[in-house]
Amino acid sequence: MPDAFIYDAVRTPRGRGKEDGSLHEVSTLQLAAGSLRALKERNRLDTKLIDDVILGCVDTVGESGSDIARAAALAAGLGDQVPGVQINRFCASGLDAVNFASAQVMSGQHEMTIGGGVESMSRVGMGSEGGAWPVDPSIAIPAYFMPQGVSADLIATKYGFSRDDVDAYAVESQKRAAQAWKEGRFSKTVVPVRDVNGVTILDHDEHMRPDANMQSLASLKPSFTMMGEQGGFDAVAIQRYPEVEAINHVHHAGNSSGIVDGAAAVLIGSAEAGKKSGLKPRAKIRAFCNIGSEPAIMLTGPVDVTKKLLAKAGMSIGDIDLFEVNEAFASVVLRFLQAFDVDPAKVNPCGGAIAMGHPLGATGAMLVSTALDELERTGKQTALVTLCIGAGMGTATIIERV
Amino acid sequence: MNLTNFKFEKDSDGVVTLTWDMPGKPMNVLDAQLMDELDAIVDHVSKDETIKGVVLTSGKDAFCAGADLTMMEGAGKQFADAVKARGEEAAMKEFMDQAGRGSKVFRRIETCGKPWAAAVNGVALGGGFEITLACHYRVLADNAKTQVGLPEVKVGLFPGAGGTQRIPRLMATPDALQFLFKGDPWKPAKAKQMNLVHEVAPEGEIVAKAKAWIKGGGKAVAPWDEKNFKTPSGKIFSPMGMMIWPPANAIYRKETFDNYPAVKAILKCVYEGLQLPVDQALQVETRYFAQIMRSKEAAAMIRSLFLSMGELNKGARRPKGEPKTALKKIGVIGAGFMGAGIAYVTALAGADVVLIDRDQAAADKGKAHSDALISARVAKGRAKEADKTALLSRIKASADYNDLSGCDLVVEAVFEDRGVKAETTKKAQAVLGPDVVFASNTSTLPITSLASEAIKPENFIGIHFFSPVDKMLLVEIIMGEKTGDKALATALDFVRLIKKTPIVVNDTRGFYANRCVGRYIAEGHLMLMEGVPPAMIENVARMAGMPVGPLSLNDEVAIDLSWRVVQATKKDLGEQAVDPAQEELIRTMVVDQERFGRKNGKGFYDYPQGGKKKLWPGLTALVGKQLDPDTIDVAELKQRFLAVQAVEAARTIAEGVVTDPREADVGSILGFGFAPFTGGTISYIDFMGTKAFVELCDRLTAKYGDRFVPPPLLRDMAKTGQTFYGKFGGKAKAA
Repeated sequence: MPDAFIYDAVRTPRGRGKEDGSLHEVSTLQLAAGSLRALKERNRLDTKLIDDVILGCVDTVGESGSDIARAAALAAGLGDQVPGVQINRFCASGLDAVNFASAQVMSGQHEMTIGGGVESMSRVGMGSEGGAWPVDPSIAIPAYFMPQGVSADLIATKYGFSRDDVDAYAVESQKRAAQAWKEGRFSKTVVPVRDVNGVTILDHDEHMRPDANMQSLASLKPSFTMMGEQGGFDAVAIQRYPEVEAINHVHHAGNSSGIVDGAAAVLIGSAEAGKKSGLKPRAKIRAFCNIGSEPAIMLTGPVDVTKKLLAKAGMSIGDIDLFEVNEAFASVVLRFLQAFDVDPAKVNPCGGAIAMGHPLGATGAMLVSTALDELERTGKQTALVTLCIGAGMGTATIIERV
Repeated sequence: MNLTNFKFEKDSDGVVTLTWDMPGKPMNVLDAQLMDELDAIVDHVSKDETIKGVVLTSGKDAFCAGADLTMMEGAGKQFADAVKARGEEAAMKEFMDQAGRGSKVFRRIETCGKPWAAAVNGVALGGGFEITLACHYRVLADNAKTQVGLPEVKVGLFPGAGGTQRIPRLMATPDALQFLFKGDPWKPAKAKQMNLVHEVAPEGEIVAKAKAWIKGGGKAVAPWDEKNFKTPSGKIFSPMGMMIWPPANAIYRKETFDNYPAVKAILKCVYEGLQLPVDQALQVETRYFAQIMRSKEAAAMIRSLFLSMGELNKGARRPKGEPKTALKKIGVIGAGFMGAGIAYVTALAGADVVLIDRDQAAADKGKAHSDALISARVAKGRAKEADKTALLSRIKASADYNDLSGCDLVVEAVFEDRGVKAETTKKAQAVLGPDVVFASNTSTLPITSLASEAIKPENFIGIHFFSPVDKMLLVEIIMGEKTGDKALATALDFVRLIKKTPIVVNDTRGFYANRCVGRYIAEGHLMLMEGVPPAMIENVARMAGMPVGPLSLNDEVAIDLSWRVVQATKKDLGEQAVDPAQEELIRTMVVDQERFGRKNGKGFYDYPQGGKKKLWPGLTALVGKQLDPDTIDVAELKQRFLAVQAVEAARTIAEGVVTDPREADVGSILGFGFAPFTGGTISYIDFMGTKAFVELCDRLTAKYGDRFVPPPLLRDMAKTGQTFYGKFGGKAKAA
């Protein structure tokens, strides 16, 4: 089986996902095309070698619908011969896109592929795609559907994370992100978004609140209390986990992932393809896998999938130097830390989505680049990237430097 | 046309008045023959060019209370027989045709090309309301008896003749779902306000108004058959739909614990149906209806909550030949919480009450309870000021036993002490003599021994009320060894007067209901001692179908009372009658911790002033261990809660305490809220199958102890797969 190597990775800065966000004026197409174009240009790619472009995108309606990957590939000037496919595994779409792109190479069917993702949350609202899972009684009821925030609060309640615990985690995420930006740890990867004239629209993650502290977070009201109590979702949570007397609503805007706009792309290829293009591989895709986890609590998939992946790869938790665990909500990462008892310093050392934001379909690919940059910076070898996923799933990937 | 159930009268303008009046029946009901006639009428009306339109009205006091449920109860069994005879596929098709018959006929009315208007006087419920929804215009009589509604969910069914489709095409989805979920009928004004009907008119004018609408050019097209029809809440996949549906699914689970498939089917019908043209939507509704009609929940709920309850209310257990007693004046002795409640419900029913206590102040305090209850009703607009005055004037509070003179029945609710009760009986009989029936509202003392204090024990009976009396629908009538037919007939007539449901049980410790409830609470105690997290005990009990968790319930009835019962049980029945783990728990709670329950603000829960009750955090430490919740089998906890009560109910039948499975079932649902979707304690066993139930009991006995050991009777029945209703049912139907 051929190995799949990472030759390069780029991402946009993350714009605040609101009408006043810097990237609100940039269409989903341009966000995605910008990352693809950056990969092409900075690697001087012969795009005839690219066999496929796989992009994660979660809400695919309107401008992001109808296979945004093909549209972006064309708009990026990759040429008519480069196809594209859009995939959706909710929050892990970007990582799955990297995995699928790697799988094409590992299977020997493709030589060079791009995996990435895009989400303009300011332009295409979260949940605007609809779908059976939250709505159709035939699945919503048996799957104990509840909004992710309520599931995150359920994790905190069941596993004993207090409001202080989640707030402290959030403060640390902000601190680490600020430090990482200050030291330029993302500079290899972040490609500013520019207008038609080449003028920079955004060159940094603008969601960050480096001055956040326990006091400022304490003033925020929990976001999911009303939904839980009046929407009936607390009752759903309790019926699935009856050991819980009442849901402790601890999450709010300050300790949950930020709503942002952004895109990312990772260039994957075989050893052969790299040679042909004159590129040096930065890392190898060591292993990846997916799992379905209990859908009500929903966001514990990183624990399950990490166990599965380590077993599959014949590794133990101690073999991993660095973890990127998506900060969908603080309790998700706290549960990961609790389950594996790993050194918190090894997990999300550059901060995460609480500070910098979580552009749904793109985040997975962004985390691959963050892990890779950090391995190179610290001279470490192996990283594991994982995300929790709607409806109870997990995706994880192990990369190692070559 | 040869019509039996309708009068068909065409006026000079060509408008037909179709008067629904089924011969020999007190009420119009929907049955197969009626559908045939409606089919013929629709054929005729659509073909006859001289007919301009049809006004459908009723010749009876009510419009129609729905389908014949007796027919529906047997649907599941009928289907099973058909499968045996003709195979699965053929049987299902045939069954679907039957299930969809009403829906198809109603749809023919709606699309026959001539306008139909319904003039509704009296209740129009279930299918009786659905037929009017298929009419193009609805006029309701503006009177107190007229109500419209779709109460099918209350007996495990759902409106399967277009109700789930037409309602959400008339009202916003959240309102429609609430209306369908709850099944409560609406008065004319509310129905009009919510767009379910077009007009409300004085009773005498409804037919004229309906005719006027037709003559005025009323259109023979339902709104949803118009080209540009939009449902009131718009498309499901829209921002509005996203606000409505995820919470609707969650609230379904919150309210039903997912135990009621009919309610879930309503959600599915509305969700799927609103995305379809109405004909296909009705077809989807029929598919789900056929499924729900065959469900055991529907069969169980129809039997217990409709048929059996109706039979018991109508006096199924009343001795034949006993003349009806005239109950005009009732004596209630003891004006405490129970006695005051009994006085209230009696006066509410229109009888005079003499409420006696040891002094006037105590008696007055008892009467004040009635004042408070009726005043609350007045405040809510459910009664008028005049009703209150009349009710209070019927209650005479007194400390003088001589005021009992002229009473037709006496109910005592004095302190639970043999001596006090004996004294009461004696004093009352001194005034009334031996022939007036004397009833005791005891919940703990054997009736036979109390009866021995009466001059004529045959006129002594137990009438056991549940607390709070004004809310609880069940009354247990307890037969002492010598209690005679007259006493039983009088007690049953009294219960009927106050509009409660009676079950008749023989004298035994705890009678029926409290024996089962005691088992339920004890199971909660024992789970706690095993280390099951307290919240899990409470939540799983409710998920099993019980209205209140066992620890909450114990807090309500008071833990110190449980402590006294434990002591008394040991004294009367010996040490082995009480589980030592349970005794230790209660002792610690009551003696060491002084946690008595809600009454002193601390029990298994803490009751912060003005705040929500919360499980006492000290419980885990008190028990000393807690199991990992992820290792606990929740399904088994649910089984334990229901099985421990059901096996106790089986014992009461084996012992001859309860003699009729209908009473065990109805009594369990009304008396202590036993999972209504099961049909009650005995139906729970019967629908599971006695063999499977005995196997379950054996498994639970091996793991948890002898309280699950089934009585020999049940073991014998299991050998041949006999059911309780098979063995003990088939008694005299309603007298």
